[in-house]
Amino acid sequence: MTLHTHIRTALGAFAILLAVAFVSPAAAQAPTTVNPTASSVKEEQLLQELNKITGRCTLPNQTACTIEQPAGRDWREFHQVTLRWIAAISIIGVLALLVIFYLTRGMVRLESGRSGRTIVRFNALERMVHWMTATCFIILAFSGLNITFGKILLLPIMSPEAFTAISQWGKYFHNYLSFPFTIGTIMIFLMWIGGNIPNKVDVEWVKRGGGIVGHDHPPAERFNGGQKMIYWIVVIGGAAVAISGYILMFPFYGTTVSGVQLAQIVHGIVAALFIAAMLGHIYIGTIGMEGAFEAMGSGEVDVNWAKEHHKLWLEEEMGKGNSRAKAQPAE
Amino acid sequence: MARMKFLCDADRCIECNACVTACKNEHEVPWGINRRRVVTINDGQPGERSVSMACMHCTDAPCAAVCPVNCFFTTADGVVLHSKDLCIGCGYCFYACPFGAPQYPRVGNFGSRGKMDKCTFCAGGPDPENTQANYAQYGTNRLGEGKLPLCAEMCSTKSLLAGDGDIIAKIYKERVAKRGYGSGAWGWKTAYRETIAG
Repeated sequence: MTLHTHIRTALGAFAILLAVAFVSPAAAQAPTTVNPTASSVKEEQLLQELNKITGRCTLPNQTACTIEQPAGRDWREFHQVTLRWIAAISIIGVLALLVIFYLTRGMVRLESGRSGRTIVRFNALERMVHWMTATCFIILAFSGLNITFGKILLLPIMSPEAFTAISQWGKYFHNYLSFPFTIGTIMIFLMWIGGNIPNKVDVEWVKRGGGIVGHDHPPAERFNGGQKMIYWIVVIGGAAVAISGYILMFPFYGTTVSGVQLAQIVHGIVAALFIAAMLGHIYIGTIGMEGAFEAMGSGEVDVNWAKEHHKLWLEEEMGKGNSRAKAQPAE
Repeated sequence: MARMKFLCDADRCIECNACVTACKNEHEVPWGINRRRVVTINDGQPGERSVSMACMHCTDAPCAAVCPVNCFFTTADGVVLHSKDLCIGCGYCFYACPFGAPQYPRVGNFGSRGKMDKCTFCAGGPDPENTQANYAQYGTNRLGEGKLPLCAEMCSTKSLLAGDGDIIAKIYKERVAKRGYGSGAWGWKTAYRETIAG
């Protein structure tokens, strides 16, 4: 190896060193963007995955740890639009049907007239439970409808302060009367479950239109097919509004905000349909049928009424020979 | 007229809770109620992120829509306020709110869930006067004095911005352009139906 090549090698190595020494810092100085939160969660991604954003917060109120839940907008749509349509159509619809029915069919008369003899249909306890539940139901229904329809129907005709006062009292009644209502519903369930199991007699009863449409009187036990329907509407509907209602009254004991939204949706829909069904019940128990109100009024019905509407029950009662049927002086 | 908004630059929030403390102290917010809170997502894990959230003063506010007694109103500055004299404490605004802003004293105590309380954007209540009675109900009306919300003023990293939506969006965009990254304005799409490119 010559000296010349040695110098050339040394120079070459020096040149490489220089290149490394100068080029590298030059590259580092070029504007780069280091994003320290590049790996962090993104809002869009969280909302797509869970439709809500929850983290850790240092507050005792842990529901405050959810900072975004766009599902609130869906619930708003339900509360402002869907529920109003469901409630309005079912309640006004049933009212309209009842008016039409009353105008065409009129009151279902006692075809054989009054016998003057009565038979006990509901004892004092049964009537007390019925009226306790019914009174609560009516107040709950009006105060509930006020929450959904009040600001459309009542607020325009009164001052905001007066409307708030009504709604505030409505809320208190709604919350506190839920307890006797629930107790009443449970008692109704227990008291009348025996007579309300659907059977073959009800199939026949329903096939013959329950005697409502024509002038037929299909035989029925203590409770006919229609009454059994009302019973199960009260028991199942009552349970649904009670459970969903208590979730709303005691929020966040085991439910998140989405659980509360769901509870309100169930509560609203079931309550609206419940009110519609009860309108039918109130109709048939008052102006819809002669002699029917007495069953829950005095508790005693005319024997002829029982013969026409609850033949099998009357036969059973008479067969017992427990002289529950007593003579009333003829007028 | 300005359209008041909040913007939390989540890349800057360090979870110091100064905004929470400033708010609680300024308005003497009762124990158990937090008009603003800081939440840390994926806390302690790689990629954790903290966000400060309060009422976003939504466009077409869901709380106002669902309120059964119409106690909400939107000011000329776009601030969503409510009247505690009209509120019946039903809880519906909480169900509808996308940000969990409405809070209630004595939550869960049936029948007596108190009047709803939420961030007022430091704009007080229906009556703009800073009287003792108004202060007890809603807190200070700083906006009426020409001041911005104290949470944003106190933010140690200037992560939380409060003020006219166009101005704070511009500040945020400049930041993103300068530093080269940003995770977007948290909650804006839900609250205002608009986004700022991150």
